[in-house]
Amino acid sequence: MGDAGAEADFDTAFNLTGMIGNARMNKCVSAADAVSVIESGMTIGIGGWGPRRKPMALVRELLRSDVRDLTVVAYGGADVGLLCAAGKVRKVVYAFVSLDFMPLEPGFRKARETGSVDVREIDEGMMLLGLRAAAWGSPYIPTRIGLGTDVITRNPDLQLVDSPYDDKEWVAMPALNLDVSLLHATRGDARGVCEIASPDHYMDDWFARAANKTVVSVDELVPSDYFHNADVARRVYWERNLTSHIVHIPGGAHPSSSDPLYGYDMKHYKEYAAALAEGGYDGWSEAYLGDSESSYQRNVGGLEAIQTLPLPVY
Amino acid sequence: MTFSLAELMVCAASRSFENEGEVLATGIGLLPRLAASLAMRTSNPDMMMTDSQSFMLATPNPVSGMASHSGQANENWMGFARIFDNVWSGARHALVGPSQIDRFGQTNIAALGGSYEAPKVQLLGVRGFPGNSISHANSFFVPKHSTRVFVTGECDVVCSIGYNPDRLPRGYTFDDIDIRRVITDLCVMDFNGPNKQMRVVSLHPGVPLSEVLENTGFEVAVAPNMTETPAPSAEQLALITELDPLNVRSKQLKDNPPGVRNPN
Repeated sequence: MGDAGAEADFDTAFNLTGMIGNARMNKCVSAADAVSVIESGMTIGIGGWGPRRKPMALVRELLRSDVRDLTVVAYGGADVGLLCAAGKVRKVVYAFVSLDFMPLEPGFRKARETGSVDVREIDEGMMLLGLRAAAWGSPYIPTRIGLGTDVITRNPDLQLVDSPYDDKEWVAMPALNLDVSLLHATRGDARGVCEIASPDHYMDDWFARAANKTVVSVDELVPSDYFHNADVARRVYWERNLTSHIVHIPGGAHPSSSDPLYGYDMKHYKEYAAALAEGGYDGWSEAYLGDSESSYQRNVGGLEAIQTLPLPVY
Repeated sequence: MTFSLAELMVCAASRSFENEGEVLATGIGLLPRLAASLAMRTSNPDMMMTDSQSFMLATPNPVSGMASHSGQANENWMGFARIFDNVWSGARHALVGPSQIDRFGQTNIAALGGSYEAPKVQLLGVRGFPGNSISHANSFFVPKHSTRVFVTGECDVVCSIGYNPDRLPRGYTFDDIDIRRVITDLCVMDFNGPNKQMRVVSLHPGVPLSEVLENTGFEVAVAPNMTETPAPSAEQLALITELDPLNVRSKQLKDNPPGVRNPN
């Protein structure tokens, strides 16, 4: 694969530990190189929740690529909305797509109302079970969730099964096997150790475990001894061997939040909705996307403005 | 003593959580959250509640005027993945505001009209409604009682299981489904009518029964002991003010109507 060479270059170019002998892995790559692991037709998972701690810079890099036909699994926000608006999505696996303070996500809403994407609409908890099944190598996990609702009737491939232990029917929530997951963490080191310092890591650990490859954007790149502190080490929710690539992008979650570093950008979300309403995806991308993350950040007011966005209070 | 309709509804809704003990109460939306918070401060001090983010609280946060989460009375970390562990245990009661409710108590927050493949209006998605409805108690909060909410047919998308015999899963009875109360701007209802029919339990002051019946798209029963929804007490109003110091509750219902309807 194209990125394997890049990894090898990094391995020889850097030896962050100063160890003699084989250099430790260095997983730091550019956003473009990281996202190049995603090919058309793949199933990708995106971490975070609604408007919170979404790997938006990685999503923007995907928007700049020619990848399409994706199946996207997410607790969705503008990540799903933008990918749908850009025509990159064949199917969305979701329980909701929402920006919380703006309940209806404009890009996703238009895609749904024009029937331009296939959907697998499932319960929030079912998604968690599907990720866990994938992580554990189980074909499915039995659950009551969905019984009696249109989750069953609208997903004809979702099977009901008998239990060997009782006479009830059970929903067999299938494994949500992911080719690639995109996540955003507060801090990470070059070996792929990631800290989520936010109050909640959501289901990001399960997205990492359910995927063949996981790309993590981090606000801060730190030396490995940063994690020696036990309190910090407790905020590491998956092991480094699950992290394929680290991309250092300060402000990379914008316009979503990266608590405790910065809040979500309510003003930009409104501008995003207005741009989509006026000029569609092209209108938004011409005004904001740019050809790189630094030009995007200039278009939305600069990194310093992002990093001083107030934290949300619920 | 004057009070607003929003305050009356908050007090009526808070009664849903009485005597429940150590159950996680989740009010989605400002007035439902205020109702759950009020219950925790009055009728059910053992209630459990989160900060709507990732911590369980020993005492509820105010719903307005809070500058930051630091300094709140945390009890334990309660991230979203752990919320599901609680949901599936059954020890939870959610108070939610569906866009549609049908005669079976099935609800919809996913999409309206058109076809499922291309709905006329995409809403949120089913969110956690399927799992909530088959796992624990649920009550509904309806700011505007109308036939648009209480629909004549089935909900456009059935997001939560209700008392619908045609959809009852194998091995289940209606006893496995626990819909408690429906609090609207006109009345309080439950599903304890014949065959789990929705029925009016109390009318808000000054509201005629006919107005409820006209604005409901299906037949509702009337409880034999139907009463008037009790007015908030001075203690309740004081606590509501303490929990919502910026009076955001006054902006939740159109024109912030008074709690007692003007006779006309």
